[in-house]
Amino acid sequence: MKVGYYPGCSLTGTGKEYDMSLRKVVNLLETELEELNDWSCCGATSAHATNHLLATALPARNLIIAKHQKLNELVAPCAACYNRMVVTSHELNSNSALERQVADLMGESARNGIKILNIIELFQKIGLNKIKEKVKVDLKGIKAACYYGCLLVRPFDITKFDDAEHPESMEEIIKSVGAVPVDWNFKIECCGGAHSIAHKEIVVDLSKKIIDDAQRNGADVIIVACPMCHSNLDMRQKAIKKEFPTHKEIPVLYLSEFVGLALGLKPKELGLGLHLIDTKSLLEKAEIKG
Amino acid sequence: MKIGVFICYCGENIGRTVDCAAVAQAASRFPGVVCSVDYKYMCSDPGQNLIKNAIKEQKLDAVVVGSCSPHMHEKTFRKACADAGLNPFLCDISNLREHCSWVHEDIVEGTKKAIDLIRISVERVKRNVPLTSIRVPVTKKALVIGGGISGIQAALDIANAGFEVVLVEKEPSIGGHMSQLSETFPTLDCSQCILTPRMVEVYQHSKIKLLTYSEVENVEGFIGNFKVTIRKKARGIDESKCTGCGLCMQKCPIKKKAFSEFEEGLAYRPAIYVPFPQAVPNLPVIDRSVCTYYQSGKCQMCVKVCGREAIMFDQQDTLITEDIGAIVVATGYKLYTIDKKPDDSEIKGYGEYGYGKYKDVVDGLQFERIASASGPTDGEILRPSDKKIPKKIVFIQCVGSRDESKGFSYCSKICCMYTAKHAMLYKHKVHDGEAYVFYMDIRSGGKGYDEFVRRAIEEDHVKYIRGRVSRIYEQDGKYIVKGEDTIAGMPVTIDADMVVLATAMISQPESKKLAQTIGVPYDKYGFYNEVHPKLRPVEVSTAGVFLAGACQAPKDIPESVAMASAAAAKSLVLFGSDFLEREPTVAKVAESVCAGCFYCQKVCPYNAIERKEIKDRQGNVIKILAYVNSGLCQGCGTCNAVCPSKAVELIGFNDEQIYAQINALG
Repeated sequence: MKVGYYPGCSLTGTGKEYDMSLRKVVNLLETELEELNDWSCCGATSAHATNHLLATALPARNLIIAKHQKLNELVAPCAACYNRMVVTSHELNSNSALERQVADLMGESARNGIKILNIIELFQKIGLNKIKEKVKVDLKGIKAACYYGCLLVRPFDITKFDDAEHPESMEEIIKSVGAVPVDWNFKIECCGGAHSIAHKEIVVDLSKKIIDDAQRNGADVIIVACPMCHSNLDMRQKAIKKEFPTHKEIPVLYLSEFVGLALGLKPKELGLGLHLIDTKSLLEKAEIKG
Repeated sequence: MKIGVFICYCGENIGRTVDCAAVAQAASRFPGVVCSVDYKYMCSDPGQNLIKNAIKEQKLDAVVVGSCSPHMHEKTFRKACADAGLNPFLCDISNLREHCSWVHEDIVEGTKKAIDLIRISVERVKRNVPLTSIRVPVTKKALVIGGGISGIQAALDIANAGFEVVLVEKEPSIGGHMSQLSETFPTLDCSQCILTPRMVEVYQHSKIKLLTYSEVENVEGFIGNFKVTIRKKARGIDESKCTGCGLCMQKCPIKKKAFSEFEEGLAYRPAIYVPFPQAVPNLPVIDRSVCTYYQSGKCQMCVKVCGREAIMFDQQDTLITEDIGAIVVATGYKLYTIDKKPDDSEIKGYGEYGYGKYKDVVDGLQFERIASASGPTDGEILRPSDKKIPKKIVFIQCVGSRDESKGFSYCSKICCMYTAKHAMLYKHKVHDGEAYVFYMDIRSGGKGYDEFVRRAIEEDHVKYIRGRVSRIYEQDGKYIVKGEDTIAGMPVTIDADMVVLATAMISQPESKKLAQTIGVPYDKYGFYNEVHPKLRPVEVSTAGVFLAGACQAPKDIPESVAMASAAAAKSLVLFGSDFLEREPTVAKVAESVCAGCFYCQKVCPYNAIERKEIKDRQGNVIKILAYVNSGLCQGCGTCNAVCPSKAVELIGFNDEQIYAQINALG
């Protein structure tokens, strides 16, 4: 099976381990990722917040590339990229005036039937049974809190993916690799997103609440599917600890990293060493050697 | 033949774009017309007298009135003709208003068209024949479907007027939702205290035949002459022997297997049970899905303890047929639940409130039971999970209601009031407790209603927060309620001990099926549609069927009772005469022409075509022909149009008349 791949900026920078782990895991699951040639920025927060046409044109450029590469499906592992791609695709298909405007800018129409996938949908497409078959490491003692954040399941009318108020698709993947998803309350609460840069205190406050609830419900690890969520929950734990000295650190893993561990990939191959919070506690509990 | 033509100006309505005097003058020259007059208001008394006098003085054989739509005044003018001794069906209405003056602007063209309309009407009326109304007998017995407060009220009103009533209730007892309520707004009188005497009155009334644990299975016939089949479900009890002593319930070993419907799942009931102590009739019913005997053939404890040998495990459902004249539908409502719905369902649950997984997040009816003196906590406000007194309760209004994303656009109407009542009852019982209410708007229209809400706020210090709740979750034994105070413009978080959701009132799950059985139109939510929202609020388009209570839309007790009395009054109007007069303009089959193909039967929307056997002198069937039941026929003419051998004639509207009209336009 071949699926188009749009890594986006985060996966080449702060979320490098997301890219590393995803490529290796998908390879083990006999799926080929075909990266878009010369892909560009998805616009994410900045374009989206300032100029609607630009916010549409940027993802449209990548959709045109995907069309040229004759891709039917395109996975965008970053939740922000996924959201921009899905929303743009929807707008191009439903708003003819905007579609023409973008086509004028780009020199060709970006309208197409490409299905945009997030990472959960990619795993669903590969098949949970297939993942189950390939599991090599027993993770049944591990309790995982699946964190969806905001962009993965919204806006529901466009993404038509899972239950926006009570998503459970990531839990299914966690179960398929043998671990135990915890029942918790903050899986779609806001992590503070891009405020991390300008208003760190907001992110410290929100992320602490999320982590506290995961720990209260017995989680050994928080699983994410978004580089922004990862940096806020992982990186900001140091700041949380400074403000709340009793804070107990908890590893935060990308979904692809966690699945990778179950499939027998080494922590180093998955880039766990790039995290700011040590993943040792998790690895020890799972009896995985570094 | 002497025909009179009467042209009405309808004030300026017709006169503005039709030269009425010119029309009258033109009509006077039509063959057969002996008098032709115009008048400002033909429907007025002097106008009608013009017609009456002309009929008498000029011995008219037929009358044409050029006026408004026959929907408006056909009856008026036909009656005027009848008063003057002319058969009313020799009066024809030519619609000069809706069909001419209102839709044209040019007076010259309008006048021309009006003259043509009168011309064709004159040709038509020449071929009219005197008709007499069809008289159908009326069965003076009413069927009331639903034994809640609406059904009880309608049944009592009809029965007290001296007519027979069959009251059908699908549950084992009458009483409906009102029997579950603790106290009622805005007076806080005890619901049971005002309801149970009515229930007993129904039971003891000599004119009311009460069929509980029964459902309407089929309805045939028409106004005044319905034939209704009712399924009386098997209780497993010989009703003539059971005294309602309750020993079987006490001894039934099934203690914690079935939740009590009456207690809204807050308590258990045995397999053999009476829904609540004041149930009417006080007869138990066996829940076969949990009873050990039906599961494994063992136990029979109830048989052993029953001194009257009243237990009948092998009892079967029975079908009862009744001849009925009028039907009152009072099937009530159900409460929406926040649990997860199937993906294809139009209504959605509340994932943000936990899809119903939290024990202390209850709905309005559950809180009624908790607050009720006869409830599972004997009226003490205790939360279901640990039976502790909640010190902080959050009430959330509009759960489902007015929330299009959950599949509802309508307001459930009663929640503002009962939430204020709940908060008040709580504060009266838990003095140091805190009550919060999240609301969108306070809709408290009604006598003494707004004062009631103000009392909750001002005297009982219930804290009202305008805004929605985005999430409820459990943390350390508390329910964290996160919402928004839209007046303060601030997010709010309340750590509550209990949450009460005012969930939407929805139609009964079987409402559409029953509607199809009876022929009642319904809206997309399954609520029944009245004929006219203002002027005919209790009638439906099927004649002889009336609506009462929340089956039509969410409503409170006073409104339901008023509507029930209105439906009863409408039934009594029907019972006021021995015969019903029906329009004689129905279809008729010419037996010598009919080939018996029954195309007409396939297209008839009213099931009015029957099969009639034609026999020879020896009694052998020689052919089967179509026959029109004139009681059911509405005179739509569809059979007339499809009949390949032109055997069907629509009386008063036959082919000859239509051709004459077309030819008159020449």
